[in-house]
Amino acid sequence: MLQNRYCGKLIVVEGIDGSGKSTQLALLNQWLRAQGYAVAFSEWNSSPLVRQATRRGKKKAMFTPATFSLIHATDFADRLERYILPLVKAGAVVSADRYAYTAFARDVARGLSRKWVRNLYRFALKPDICFYFRVPLETALRRIVGGRSAIKYYEAGMDLGLSNDLEESFRIFQGRILDEYDAMAAEMGFHVIDAELSIEEQQRQMRAALMETLGDKLNAGVLRAQPGANHVE
Amino acid sequence: MLNSEPLQFYEEPLPGVDCSELRGKLIVIEGPDSVGRSTQIALLRQWLEQEGHAVLDSGMARSALAGEAIQKAKEGNTFGPVTMTLFYITDFADRLEHEIIPALRAGFYVLIDRYIFSIMARAIARGEDRRWIERVAGFALVPHAIYYLRAEVKDLVRRVVLGRGSFDFWESGMDIRFGPDMYESFLRYQTKVVRALDQMAKRYQFQIVDASRPPGEIFEDLRQRIAELEAKPAQAAPRSRLKASPSRATRS
Repeated sequence: MLQNRYCGKLIVVEGIDGSGKSTQLALLNQWLRAQGYAVAFSEWNSSPLVRQATRRGKKKAMFTPATFSLIHATDFADRLERYILPLVKAGAVVSADRYAYTAFARDVARGLSRKWVRNLYRFALKPDICFYFRVPLETALRRIVGGRSAIKYYEAGMDLGLSNDLEESFRIFQGRILDEYDAMAAEMGFHVIDAELSIEEQQRQMRAALMETLGDKLNAGVLRAQPGANHVE
Repeated sequence: MLNSEPLQFYEEPLPGVDCSELRGKLIVIEGPDSVGRSTQIALLRQWLEQEGHAVLDSGMARSALAGEAIQKAKEGNTFGPVTMTLFYITDFADRLEHEIIPALRAGFYVLIDRYIFSIMARAIARGEDRRWIERVAGFALVPHAIYYLRAEVKDLVRRVVLGRGSFDFWESGMDIRFGPDMYESFLRYQTKVVRALDQMAKRYQFQIVDASRPPGEIFEDLRQRIAELEAKPAQAAPRSRLKASPSRATRS
């Protein structure tokens, strides 16, 4: 991945489904915006250019591990080239809900080699900080089953034939993903957050870590509205 | 009869594919835009079918998964270079796994109108890293033969002007704008594409076919070479970059 030499910053959250990372990122973004920073948000799997193909592939269960990996890399490339990179260059804080690490974990859990998947994302911009929300599988599962309507086919890794039971397949597949995340945490320099702590405590740790890592750089480079001009604290 | 030598992957074996099952012939026609590839594919298909072979032909942006989306994105002229490369690789992977490999299992002659090499050449012409794209495309099967229809860029210009009668946005590399207008951009872009293909020719053992000749003559040339192919074993992957996958690649 390419080092970020631009005045904007890239913040990433990672973790398995049900780790609470999106909730935490939304709170962090709000906090940064309240201080006047220009914050842009980018979500995994959201390129308008690629979405149609992804949707079709999912609906008709057309994906193999290779095409599943490649379509997500295409989606990522589109968001990077047209949104993330220009905004970081322009001096914004871009916060990304999932990044290349999601592919590193998922695609390897689907049976592709680590080396191939990592090379695939070599064009990515390296995040300035990446928070990894670490959560035990059972906790994540409880949150998901309690909250959202249903576990989805590919999220459960049903394409791999691990089990005919959706919940069981989900457990096995997400367990593999969790192992991959844990295995790369140190190498990738993740900032690990215990996702079983209270929401408030996680957010406090996130803000503290962000200021410690990036505080000066945020003040120096990132576009910021005049204090008090647009926002009421 | 088709030889029994199994095909191999360049670098990265695809999960779930047993190469020893692939009995068909994988034949690739490469070459720049407007060089006359589709004419040759049509002639070859007809000939092979008359000889009693089952033929599948497959070309870029024709996959069920990504073909339509690529066409749409091209109309909007909204591709970045990395996105374009990866979208085409996705399209290729879908065709490889859902069309090409099943046809090879069934013993077909598979004629490919541009394989990974055009995608790679376009990416390299746009300034992407050669090694990056080579590794990304490393899950491709090493074909039995790669025929490179080679022409000079001035011949391509003739064909475009006399044939379609106008320059295409993407074939002219207008997304990067290599020149102030379509013609100049076409010249510079296609020069880079041809150079990239030339550089791949040795590494990937392309057989160079002079495409400046009349179509009938090129066809005769190709026909002879393909007829000879039946007796020959599959091409080996370039040794230096072939990832060992002995259980799948060498057992039969």
